Amino acid sequence: MAKLLGRLFGRLPIGWLQLVHNRTRMAAAIAGVAFANVLVFVQLGMLGALEGTIVATYDPLRADVVIAPGDAETLTDGSLVARSAVWRALAVPGVAAAAPLHLAKVDFTRPDGAIASLQVYGIAPEAEAFVAPALREDLARLRLRDTALLDSATRGLDPDALAAIGPERPYVFEVNGLTLSATGTISLGAGFTADGALVVSDQTFLRLYGQRVSGAPSRVLLRVEPGAVPVAVANAVAARLAGEPVVVSTLEAAMEADLAYQTTQRPVGLIFGFGAAIGVLVGIVIVYQVLSTDVADHLREYATLKAMGYAHPFFLGIVFEEALVLGILGFLPGLALATGIYAVMAGATGLPVEMTLVRASAVFLGTIAACAISGAIATRRLAGADPAELF
Amino acid sequence: MNAAVSPVVVAGLDHWFGAGEARKQALFDVSLVLDPGTLTILMGPSGSGKTTLLTLMGCLREVQAGSVRLLGTELAGAPEPVRVGLRRRLGFIFQAHNLHASLTARQNVAMGLAVHGRGDPALQTRAVEHLLRLLGLGERLDYLPDNLSGGQKQRVAVARALVSNPALVFADEPTAALDKESGHTVVAMLRALGRERGTTTVMVTHDNRILDLADRIVTLEDGRIVSDTGRSRSSRPPVRAGVNDPTSPRGDLPSATAATSG
Repeated sequence: MAKLLGRLFGRLPIGWLQLVHNRTRMAAAIAGVAFANVLVFVQLGMLGALEGTIVATYDPLRADVVIAPGDAETLTDGSLVARSAVWRALAVPGVAAAAPLHLAKVDFTRPDGAIASLQVYGIAPEAEAFVAPALREDLARLRLRDTALLDSATRGLDPDALAAIGPERPYVFEVNGLTLSATGTISLGAGFTADGALVVSDQTFLRLYGQRVSGAPSRVLLRVEPGAVPVAVANAVAARLAGEPVVVSTLEAAMEADLAYQTTQRPVGLIFGFGAAIGVLVGIVIVYQVLSTDVADHLREYATLKAMGYAHPFFLGIVFEEALVLGILGFLPGLALATGIYAVMAGATGLPVEMTLVRASAVFLGTIAACAISGAIATRRLAGADPAELF
Repeated sequence: MNAAVSPVVVAGLDHWFGAGEARKQALFDVSLVLDPGTLTILMGPSGSGKTTLLTLMGCLREVQAGSVRLLGTELAGAPEPVRVGLRRRLGFIFQAHNLHASLTARQNVAMGLAVHGRGDPALQTRAVEHLLRLLGLGERLDYLPDNLSGGQKQRVAVARALVSNPALVFADEPTAALDKESGHTVVAMLRALGRERGTTTVMVTHDNRILDLADRIVTLEDGRIVSDTGRSRSSRPPVRAGVNDPTSPRGDLPSATAATSG
């Protein structure tokens, strides 16, 4: 390490020598940086889990354009769309296919007596172009009345029992007074608003919800012709439906808007967003404390070197060297610990709390940057003072 | 160096500490001209301003009023790069040795050379080791300061100040932490090395045991020079090192090292 740093900085690796000279202090500094990392990771993990569950609600769907009611903020709220939109949209050039999608929530009494809330997707079994490839085969089987695909990651259900579900081994359960047979599974996972998902045919959906009618689905999904630009088609459909209380956008844009709304307008999103911001701030403060304490501890030695004719860039170099060492050595245990905490959180909540490469890289670079900037700020006292005032 | 050109010319120097009501004058109209190649001792009771004068001459403090010409350059109002450049031409020995606790004796001394650039590492190593051996620290090259005695630490500090062959050496109570014998040894070494190299040395001390080594003794009281003795001694030409003297040629330490070790 000393040799590597010596080669990297082209001089005696004073920063490293200072750090290893006092192992206790170095361990405390590394622990501080690691703690800051864990704090940031946990907060970002929760925010990431919220975003993950929002994106997951779109996972089963495949569409280029979606017609949503004008009052919808997320995929699972809003009023209904008139089914006539299907025919009117199909008349727009560039639209290849359209399918109504019914959405609702249903309470499901788990075998242990607790209530689980399931997000129900009702879609025609022949609309296979509108669901994820993995679901297409199972979707076709939903033509049988009162069959369903149950979320294999439903919170509170025995994962082994769910994993065993198949066409030959249906899982029979009752919701809304209707006995359903799950003949397949879908893997969506629990979220903040639902404990799992359920996919049924449009006909079964209407049997589950007596008050819903086929003339008023929750959304209308569109596929565009090959070569057509979804955004242009969405605009054309919007123009055709002008005056109707609907919003037409690409599914992508709808998901982005949903994410933005839920993470910045909803209490849960706000809290996690604040948590992440505070986590990053506190992390920076901890790192600043670690680095500025270190500079203060060595101020006398730096002043001596300054008296010998070393200029400010030299001290910045020492501090950057320490920032690099502490950043790397603090990040690694922080990453390991955070990954462990993620596993515990995911296990306890069923939420998708996962370490991602992007997040790990961002936190790593942020750590190095925060260390370096903190150190640079901490050396300002040295820059402004005469050496004789610092002994 | 031309003997006619004084390495340090102090003229009408005033200095204050603090601000507002607490502002207190530490130096009053101090003027001093040092001759090249001499050892001058600054004496005086605590608070007389001798260390302030030393740090002002040594570029470690900003000149407020008056003039200090160091190696031909005016320090009053000099920008930081000029001051940094001058500091590199000085050797400063601090009262509390101020060694870097994380660096070994060898590394501490090497810092005195590295400030001038990378150079040839092998030659630098030899110069550092040669000087440390000369000061009797050959067995302690890789010791950290914590594992050295007070006298050894001070000798490392001397080596660090001298290793780059500075034109001027400033020492602030170099013997304060030492017993009589090591104090005398350190100053004698300092003077011997200084004479061999034609270095001008200024030393602050109130250690009477080393006064016999001085060419000139300047005494301060309450920020004013109250006595200046031995000045005539400095008029004689400084002892110049011969060609065969290993440590003589400036900026040619490695060959010096080779000559000595041979």
